[in-house]
Amino acid sequence: MPSFVMTEKCDGCKGQEKTACMYICPHDLMVLDTERMKAHNQEPEQCWECYNCVKICPQQAIEVRAYADFAPLGAAVIPLRSSDSIMWTIKFRNGNLKRFKFPIRTTEEGSVDPYAGKPEPNYDDVKKPGFFTGPTAC
Amino acid sequence: MLEKETNEFRFVEKPAVEEVECDILLMGGGMAGAGAAFEACAWANPKGLKVVMVDKAAVERSGAVAQGLSAINTYIGQNTCEDYVRYVRGDLMGIIREDLVWDLGRHVDDSIHLFEEWGLPIWKKDAEGHSMDGHQAKDAGIASLKDGGTPCHSGKWQIMINGESYKAIVGEVAKKALETNKAATGMAENLFERVFCTRLLLDANEPNRVAGAIGFSTRENKVYVFKANAVLNGSGGAVNVFRPRSVGEGMGRAWFPVWNSGSGYAMGAQAGATMTLMENRFVPMRFKDGYGPVGAWFLFFKAQATNGLGEDYCVKHADLVHDEFAPYDNPMGTCLRNHAAMIEMAAGNGPIIMHTDKAMQKLAETMDEKQIKHLEAEAWEDFLDMTIAQAGLWAADDVEPDKTPSELMPSEPYLLGSHAGCAGFWVSGPGDIPGAPDEWAWGYNRMSTVNGLFMAGDVVGASGHKFSSGSHAEGRIAGKAMVAWCLDHADYSPSLKESVDDLVAEMYLPLEIYAKHKAYTTAPDNVDVNPNYIRPRMLQFRLMKIMDEYVGGVSTMYKTSKTLLETGLAKLEILKEDSQHLAAADLHELLRCWENYHRIWAAEAHARHILFREESRYPGYYYRGDYPGIDDENWKTFTNSTVNPDTHEWNIEKVPYVQLVEAPTPA
Repeated sequence: MPSFVMTEKCDGCKGQEKTACMYICPHDLMVLDTERMKAHNQEPEQCWECYNCVKICPQQAIEVRAYADFAPLGAAVIPLRSSDSIMWTIKFRNGNLKRFKFPIRTTEEGSVDPYAGKPEPNYDDVKKPGFFTGPTAC
Repeated sequence: MLEKETNEFRFVEKPAVEEVECDILLMGGGMAGAGAAFEACAWANPKGLKVVMVDKAAVERSGAVAQGLSAINTYIGQNTCEDYVRYVRGDLMGIIREDLVWDLGRHVDDSIHLFEEWGLPIWKKDAEGHSMDGHQAKDAGIASLKDGGTPCHSGKWQIMINGESYKAIVGEVAKKALETNKAATGMAENLFERVFCTRLLLDANEPNRVAGAIGFSTRENKVYVFKANAVLNGSGGAVNVFRPRSVGEGMGRAWFPVWNSGSGYAMGAQAGATMTLMENRFVPMRFKDGYGPVGAWFLFFKAQATNGLGEDYCVKHADLVHDEFAPYDNPMGTCLRNHAAMIEMAAGNGPIIMHTDKAMQKLAETMDEKQIKHLEAEAWEDFLDMTIAQAGLWAADDVEPDKTPSELMPSEPYLLGSHAGCAGFWVSGPGDIPGAPDEWAWGYNRMSTVNGLFMAGDVVGASGHKFSSGSHAEGRIAGKAMVAWCLDHADYSPSLKESVDDLVAEMYLPLEIYAKHKAYTTAPDNVDVNPNYIRPRMLQFRLMKIMDEYVGGVSTMYKTSKTLLETGLAKLEILKEDSQHLAAADLHELLRCWENYHRIWAAEAHARHILFREESRYPGYYYRGDYPGIDDENWKTFTNSTVNPDTHEWNIEKVPYVQLVEAPTPA
């Protein structure tokens, strides 16, 4: 069912108001069963396999089982996202393995100050082309 | 016929209603909304103007870039804005708003320079011309794009990035910009995540004037009434309006994000904003089933696509395409390349194949082992940054791209205005582009024909090929213009045309209907069959089937006609009636009800426009069987439609196309 949650690993984000996967899913798919304290994907055919729940889960309890209506069983793509890069492990159906590591950002998460060092807006220009950062190139 | 349902909250609890007053309301936190937040807050903060954003998801990962991207597809760089206009015009079969496209072109690079400054890794060329990823380039001291660094182009307008966190970075800045506005204005809260807007609200006193929007929380029993001086509609395109090729779990594996529910089209249309070119659609030719990107394979790795017999279908049909569609075959645009492939598919000469193996083997001839390894990683990154499911499918099928070719397939149709499509609203241009008719600009850039209602990203019509960077820049253009609007209309005070009680009752009606009728049958929730209502999942299947069979979906090989369209529109009308009997068991399903109601509106606009345009302007995207050719004499025009917000009557008319940038001199 596109993304799935492993029972043994999920801790329901330890009783917080909402789980990390509920916070991040762009399509509101993840839901917490508060009795079992386990999350699950409530609408697998609406899952884009965007992997945002997989990447954010603090317990690494979520993986993706590719769409069963066209993908053969037995393969997996598993990310491990750190602060500046992401490591991918690709397991092929035939057992082959590939690993890749790619950059994800060059600044520390949360470090950007949007207006530091930027000009103040000039209201004489508010109806002219260009942004507060300056006029257009052409 | 079922009796009309009303909601007097006899079966479900009335939600709390919170009113939020602001100057600028940003509906949608995707690339356009994030750009608008960044630009609008800069101008709004010193003036004390309140900026509020509402997003149905979390800004960190919302919108079309939520998964990431492997390239920025609109970078002007060393090119000219004139050339950008020519490229967009050529790919969209000759009819675009050249003022909007030019304006986008002259603004877009500033956003890209900011992305790099904020931390987006951009591939660069080293001194020998080899590509380096964003980290290597930074460590090696290669200059940023702004300071003259050379990007790795995968095409004339496309540059490669390490874009897994693209939206997280851009979203972080948008959220921080909103924080500065909160501090400057003393608002208690100005970012509302997990709130879904269902309707734009019009003003009670001024005709044709937006006054805000209404939405509900998908997390708690609460409705928000946003009152604003200016509203930005940045609510994305429309996905799964047509029956997709995969209808099981794979329905979620749409090429464009499955959460793009046509809400922007529906809400703008209902408010009376004029739309343009809603007949346009995009049918991407992508790796079959996974819909992974092919751009880098074509442009960067120089791979060739052929029919099942190994023939290059674009070469094979070049003369035919020229005879039928010149001058639009030079260069052969995206839809005409689809057209050539579809001829082969219809002839039984499939499957269409991308020869990744031959391309990589050829590149490897001039490379050492380390470079080949690097090349392989680049190929996989193209998927892993933006369509991870495609990597999963290759792994499931044991495909190694350097050894095995892969099938391509034209997808189900999508409605959008930012990628290689241009369905959307008719908006004011900047007003300073030479040659643009005066009536193309009405004072505030990217404002729709409804006063105070602005548009950006996918919902802007006749201005495609903006992609992620252009949507961000367009959000900024609109954000700035909204500040100008607010400064000019400082004494405006919104008053709502409709009663909030009625709006809330309408919004929660599906919950009431479900609670009222649920016990009528014995069926447990997961097999719910009940004659008193329709659940949103089945409503969507019905919509997708109508669109597929009557409006030129995959099952008719994208063909339709007057008789088919009229039949389909009649069925859509009945579907709209039945949508008044949608039922929702919980807030999540209420979200699906409203998303699918919005999809019906987007679908209807699309069908009505295709019916109006009596030619086949976009061969390879759709065909009118009764008007198979391009008819420039009668139809090289915009097609503008407006819905009367009170009567819901549609009016469609031709609006003259005006060329602003001359065609290139023949070589």
